Amino acid sequence: MSVITPIRTPAEAGLIDLYKVVRNTLPGTKATLKHRDEAFAVIEAAGLPHRRVEDWKYTDLRNLMQEAPPLAARPHLAETDPAIAKSKAFAAVSGARVTFVNGHLVTTEAIPEGVEVTPLAEALTNGHPLLARMGGPEVARDNAAVALNSAFVADGAIIAVADGVTLEEPLVLRFINTGTKAFATSPRVVLAMGDGAALTLVESHEGPGGVGYHSNSVVEIVAGSSVDIAHIRLNAEGDRALALSTLMVTLGADAKFASTGVVAGGHVSRHQVFLAFAGERSVATIGGATMLAGKSLADTTLVVDHRVPGCQSRELFKTVVDGEATGVFQGKIIVRQHAQKTDGQMMSAALLLSEGAAMNNKPELEIFADDVVCAHGATCGQLDDELLFYLMARGLPRPEAEALLVQAFLGEALEPIALEDVREELTDMVASWLAGRAG
Amino acid sequence: MLEINNLVVDIEDKRILNGLSLTVNDGEVAAIMGPNGSGKSTLSYVIAGKEDYTVLDGEILLNGENILELEPSERAAKGVFLAFQYPLEIPGVATMTFLKSVLNAQRKARDEDELTTPDFMRRVKKAAETLEIDQEMLKRALNVGFSGGEKKRMEILQMALLEPSFCILDETDSGLDIDALRIVAEGVNALRAKDRSFLVITHYQRLLNYIVPDTVHVMSKGKVVRSGGKELALELEANGYADYRELAA
Repeated sequence: MSVITPIRTPAEAGLIDLYKVVRNTLPGTKATLKHRDEAFAVIEAAGLPHRRVEDWKYTDLRNLMQEAPPLAARPHLAETDPAIAKSKAFAAVSGARVTFVNGHLVTTEAIPEGVEVTPLAEALTNGHPLLARMGGPEVARDNAAVALNSAFVADGAIIAVADGVTLEEPLVLRFINTGTKAFATSPRVVLAMGDGAALTLVESHEGPGGVGYHSNSVVEIVAGSSVDIAHIRLNAEGDRALALSTLMVTLGADAKFASTGVVAGGHVSRHQVFLAFAGERSVATIGGATMLAGKSLADTTLVVDHRVPGCQSRELFKTVVDGEATGVFQGKIIVRQHAQKTDGQMMSAALLLSEGAAMNNKPELEIFADDVVCAHGATCGQLDDELLFYLMARGLPRPEAEALLVQAFLGEALEPIALEDVREELTDMVASWLAGRAG
Repeated sequence: MLEINNLVVDIEDKRILNGLSLTVNDGEVAAIMGPNGSGKSTLSYVIAGKEDYTVLDGEILLNGENILELEPSERAAKGVFLAFQYPLEIPGVATMTFLKSVLNAQRKARDEDELTTPDFMRRVKKAAETLEIDQEMLKRALNVGFSGGEKKRMEILQMALLEPSFCILDETDSGLDIDALRIVAEGVNALRAKDRSFLVITHYQRLLNYIVPDTVHVMSKGKVVRSGGKELALELEANGYADYRELAA
């Protein structure tokens, strides 16, 4: 037997060196450190995931991550204020705000009664009771992006919403990245929703253009029964950013969860959603709109785990790919043996606007129960010439006719957003992306 | 108004129009009749500017200007309107948004000011009432879930709003019951004017009882083989197209 010595890429070697340096300086108790070490061991043993790892087949992180930039330190006020002032996302949306700059919690505003926000660094140091519920559903275990976050997380927040509390206005989480040289951020937010609690969670991720920074955020939602959660997420990261992000959700019984994500930024981005139904009769609707141009890559990876009977999941993802960009959609619905009467439907549709554009669609069903209704579909096509001719014959010049069709295509994925000003802002973002494309 | 000279058109190396000539004068309603496959729909698409066709010879003059090199949108701005035989469904585009976009795109192309919202709404309301189009229909995505009759009425509504000078009705009667046909025909008749011409393409004479043409042209094998007055339509209805197949050969 020969001993295989893995060849480390510069990024892998850099991560190992970096971890050695920072493991004793990052916040937390001994238990936290043990957890960090276990998480990093996953990376150290297997290296960064690459194209021969099924879940990362289309997003070869080993190849795409070329270096391991230093962790961003807690920024000084002189840096945070201008960065916050520059932030544009959801500026007009009123509500509670929790702002992170380079992954560190810097301000909280208008936090309503029944909601408690604790900086994660503080929670890790003091051993917050909700830390016990961190970690996400089983299907997220050993995920490389989550493991990297668990190892390097420096701050974030634990947000607890008490039983029966309904937030009238949205809770906005702003993740603002700033800097002129490459850096890495790993914020983590745990949102614990008490029984019967309801809120709209709005998440924005922004960063500077022209800087090859790495962001790797994790948002975990641990929900009791009868919760009602609307979630909207915007990726407006910088054009050179490598942006990994994960949403992990565990739902109790009779819960309602609706999430819509918009990807409008990042050079390489991968958004992962791991959702587990832990209580019966719950409904989850997950969707998103992705706009890609240049040589960028955006990956949406989704695992919905029906662990209990009688739940419903609906997914609709729309991707528009221009230039030489690549879109990836991997969606998996798992129905466990006892999860009878599961109703799951997943759809991914892509529109390719140029010769060089590519889309990889991989929908999967893994069904162990015998009384279920499940379906998945994936389409990939160009703009319909007949529709274009119809619009042009009515007087719309070609670029406008194309824009109207693309807008209609993506618009369907934004329809579930109930908050009108948020939906309008995202719709305008689609319009300006299209205007940029025409210009 | 419209003058077509010796038009020769192929689609994928198959000859569809074979030296077609036709003149439609200002204010004239010209009917084109002919058997299936005679090239009637191709003629309408080629006038409107669809890309799938190769024009090998001939010209289409609109008010003296050859429009063959123009994009469909440019032809529309110059007054060409095609009411489709099968209007397309456009999911995600609200009918009102669509109407406003196309109306303003044409106005912009003609260097006219955009319509104000109240002015636009007033025009749509008026046209919709004439065509018995429910306001609810205007809130839905364009043509999505509309019945055949509703789609055809929506075409005429667009025609009324855009005020084109040269209107092509491609088999507008297909799929319409007698009531819908009456409403559509009344909508068209209300638009007849000295400075507006119509090319009414139909397989059957029935539509021409409601939209009475000034001239009738018979097409066969890609060319006009006979022209006459409205009585020609009745003759065709009685005798069929058999004689004309010979004529074109």
